[in-house]
Amino acid sequence: MESRFIYRALGVGALGGLLAFVFARIFAEPFIQNAIDYEAGRDAAQNELYKAAGLTVDGEEAEIFSRGLQRNLGIATGMVLFGLAMGGLFVVAYLVVSRRFPGIRPRVLAALLAAACFLGFYAVPFVKYPANPPAVGHSETIGDRSAVYLAMVGISVVALILAVVAGYRLAGRFGAWYGSLLAALGFVVVVSVAMALLPALGHFPLNESQYGKHATETPQPLLGPDGKIVYPGFPADVLFKFRLYSIIAQMIMWATIGLAFGALAERVTAKVKAPASAARPAAAATPSPAS
Amino acid sequence: MSTNAPVVDAHDQSISSPISARALWLGGVLTLSLLLYYFIGIDQGATSLFGQDSHIHEFVHDARHFLGFPCH
Repeated sequence: MESRFIYRALGVGALGGLLAFVFARIFAEPFIQNAIDYEAGRDAAQNELYKAAGLTVDGEEAEIFSRGLQRNLGIATGMVLFGLAMGGLFVVAYLVVSRRFPGIRPRVLAALLAAACFLGFYAVPFVKYPANPPAVGHSETIGDRSAVYLAMVGISVVALILAVVAGYRLAGRFGAWYGSLLAALGFVVVVSVAMALLPALGHFPLNESQYGKHATETPQPLLGPDGKIVYPGFPADVLFKFRLYSIIAQMIMWATIGLAFGALAERVTAKVKAPASAARPAAAATPSPAS
Repeated sequence: MSTNAPVVDAHDQSISSPISARALWLGGVLTLSLLLYYFIGIDQGATSLFGQDSHIHEFVHDARHFLGFPCH
């Protein structure tokens, strides 16, 4: 019985990832390429400065996969598998909640859960640690960045689950409207405190010692020995477009999961709940005025 | 009332087997999903299960950036 829901959720998860990939391939990849070109140009300018100062220059890093592979098959694989994983986590939540509250209509529950997953896994962590294009982010801090990002995702998901449970309890005392508002307020407070306590990416000791005091790792203009700008800072429009499209891609994926799974779950639930109705074909053939 | 109690007990027992199958399904899906999340988003960055290799990281490089994960 569970397996029917699980296969469908994994399917719509992969589909959501695929649709998000198509969006990414068309809209985001040009900006990802801009960011990579910026990085290459900046590295070249930096190497010129090093040479002028009489320093040795590191050789280019060997490319494992070509850009052509990365921007087509690579990102497609990544996003489809990510959708699959999200479909899996989503359906676990769906099965737990739908069993506890069988009265909630499947497509309503699916839509609400997908919205919650979008918030918990992506949107709330994004507020503190937004998605960054290539060239934004120092390779030596990847350990620190991964730790704080996962911490942010974990806190946001756990706080969201606790808020929903608390909201259900509070609704019994203060009514559905004020109970929900109180729970939402609690969620905002918990998440805000976590965001205030977690460090900004630019404030890692490694970054402050090497790049100075900045809130983020976004590349600043490259200055020559005379203080003149020899290479500009990271283009703001590329950063904005990349982040905007990142949000839209996640919305596409979660909307697909929520709506498509909702439609499928309605049919599975109807079959499970009323197996006897198949024995009455006359009832199904009668057109209903409501539909 | 007292006649109802044993009936409820029997009903509870009869669904005990599907519950464990359900737990197995949910636990399995949860574990595999988290594993997949880890490999797509994190592995061969901060931590690496295959040593100093970066094939996964480089292959899903664009997706990692675009999905919001930290990348180099």
